[in-house]
Amino acid sequence: MTTAAIQHRKPSVIRRLGPARVGVYLFLLTASVFFLMPLYIMLVTSFKTMDEIRLGNIFALPVSLTLEPWVQAWTSACTGVSCNGIRGGFWNSVWIVVPSTFIPILLGAMNGYALSFWRPPGAQALFGVLMVGAFIPVQVMMFPLVKIMGSLGLFGTLPGIVLIHVIFSMPVMTLLFRNYYLSIPQELFKAARIDGGGFFRIFAQLMLPMSTPMIIVAAIMQVTGVWNDYILGLVFAGRDNLPMTVQLNNVINTTTGTRLYNVNMAATILTSMVPLIIYFVSGRWFVRGIAAGAVKG
Amino acid sequence: MHMKVHTGHVLRTLVSWGALLPMAVTVIVAYLGTVLWSLKISFTNSRTFPSDELVGFAQYTRLFANERWVLSLQNLALYGVLFIAACLAIGFLLAVFIDQKVKGEGLFRTVFLYPYAMSFVATGLVWQWLLNPTNGLQQAVRQMGFEDFTFDWIIDQDMVIYTIVIATVWQASGLVMALMLAGLRGVDEEIWKAARLDGIPTWRVYLSIVLPMLGPTIATVLVLLLTAVVKVFDSVVSMTQGGPGTASEVPAKFIMDHLFGRANIALASAGSIVLLLTVVALVAPFIYARSRAASKASA
Repeated sequence: MTTAAIQHRKPSVIRRLGPARVGVYLFLLTASVFFLMPLYIMLVTSFKTMDEIRLGNIFALPVSLTLEPWVQAWTSACTGVSCNGIRGGFWNSVWIVVPSTFIPILLGAMNGYALSFWRPPGAQALFGVLMVGAFIPVQVMMFPLVKIMGSLGLFGTLPGIVLIHVIFSMPVMTLLFRNYYLSIPQELFKAARIDGGGFFRIFAQLMLPMSTPMIIVAAIMQVTGVWNDYILGLVFAGRDNLPMTVQLNNVINTTTGTRLYNVNMAATILTSMVPLIIYFVSGRWFVRGIAAGAVKG
Repeated sequence: MHMKVHTGHVLRTLVSWGALLPMAVTVIVAYLGTVLWSLKISFTNSRTFPSDELVGFAQYTRLFANERWVLSLQNLALYGVLFIAACLAIGFLLAVFIDQKVKGEGLFRTVFLYPYAMSFVATGLVWQWLLNPTNGLQQAVRQMGFEDFTFDWIIDQDMVIYTIVIATVWQASGLVMALMLAGLRGVDEEIWKAARLDGIPTWRVYLSIVLPMLGPTIATVLVLLLTAVVKVFDSVVSMTQGGPGTASEVPAKFIMDHLFGRANIALASAGSIVLLLTVVALVAPFIYARSRAASKASA
């Protein structure tokens, strides 16, 4: 046995014993079943007819596959007073998410850049307060923010809900970029200063291009976070801009009459589609975002 | 020359402060300002509109005399303990088992973490359907021949809070797994070699050596989970709407209902301040410990 072989075998006991090895896989597979079950049930339910749902088994595959629930969810399910499906919510969410991703990233990068390189007096204290602010429950800020938004004429408008997302994402976005820029050598910044670069030029031409990995991580976090938001959209977006999550909840919980479980599940999948696709495509980047966002505090 | 340097310095400070203006306004108005405002409202007798008439701690007295509030605090405590314990246990176990150099590691990780990409609303709705006694899991098991099988917690006043634990643990334990796994991968190979030489069983190494080494990771996870607990709202609204009756009420929902539905903003503000104090009491020790550790490291 070579030393190299020893190095590559870490948890020796489990590896050597056959039954233990089987146990490891058995545990992981059982856990997988638990984690996948809701997704499976959502999918099969969404392809069944209501008759089949009433009579059949929740785990059974659809006997007569139907796409009707998906069409209904998208075009004619009732989201409160109107019955135009959740497609309106989809587009509302898109219009909320795009500026609510772009602006917080730009501001976060600028804050991080000013905090790590320019360090104006007092900025560090401000940053400290911002970090503590990240822990304030939304409810504490809710009523005053409603009043402030109202006095600015922004309550219940698209710019209003975007501004709210900018406010609530500022701590984590600032932290993300501050930590990233702290890892960049100060010498680089000093050299750019000697070359006559000003505040915004160094930011736009040197720092931003260097921040691509962080921008990707931040974008993943913002898109999924804003897309999945419910409470802020519910309060601040206004009737014409209600995001998809709010409309989804209306479809399922506020509609009277018979519950169309197949339509409900199709609508739930449609609403979860955007963050799920981002998750499956981005893979490790998504995890990186979690790790980076987790260091707050 | 000296003069020029000086003005240059002032200008530099001004420009960077200008760039930080949005952050300054956010911190001062949106964070500090709103908290102080809510604090003030909680000492008034405001109902639909803010009033300036101060009533001392009357709203807080009223709050804790309110059965629904007390119930929602109890629910939050029970929910919080179970949710955090389950997330930590499941997340740690999943991470340890994935760490056994298994085949298809990437696949397992993807499966355990995907619920975290889903919203709390969607999570609540899926589990509401799954736990539906007439057509869901209970019915399916009965059809398999277990005619007496009952699993109707979601309509049971005494059990409903546990269904919210199940749904949110499903959503969040993958996150714990991901962070713990990153922590496990950071454990020095030398420790494993030494433990092997001493013939210590693997489970023992995990429990007595590795777990304590994961302290910082666990602290991070705890802070994340604690803030999630205090915030719990979307999943309750979508899954049970606080019902049956008021059995699954939580403080965040109580506050929202009194702010918007019941037009009692002073009582709601008092509730929100209590929530804030809860967060401070729970999270402050971690922040304190971390900053102490940081200053120790730099000293």
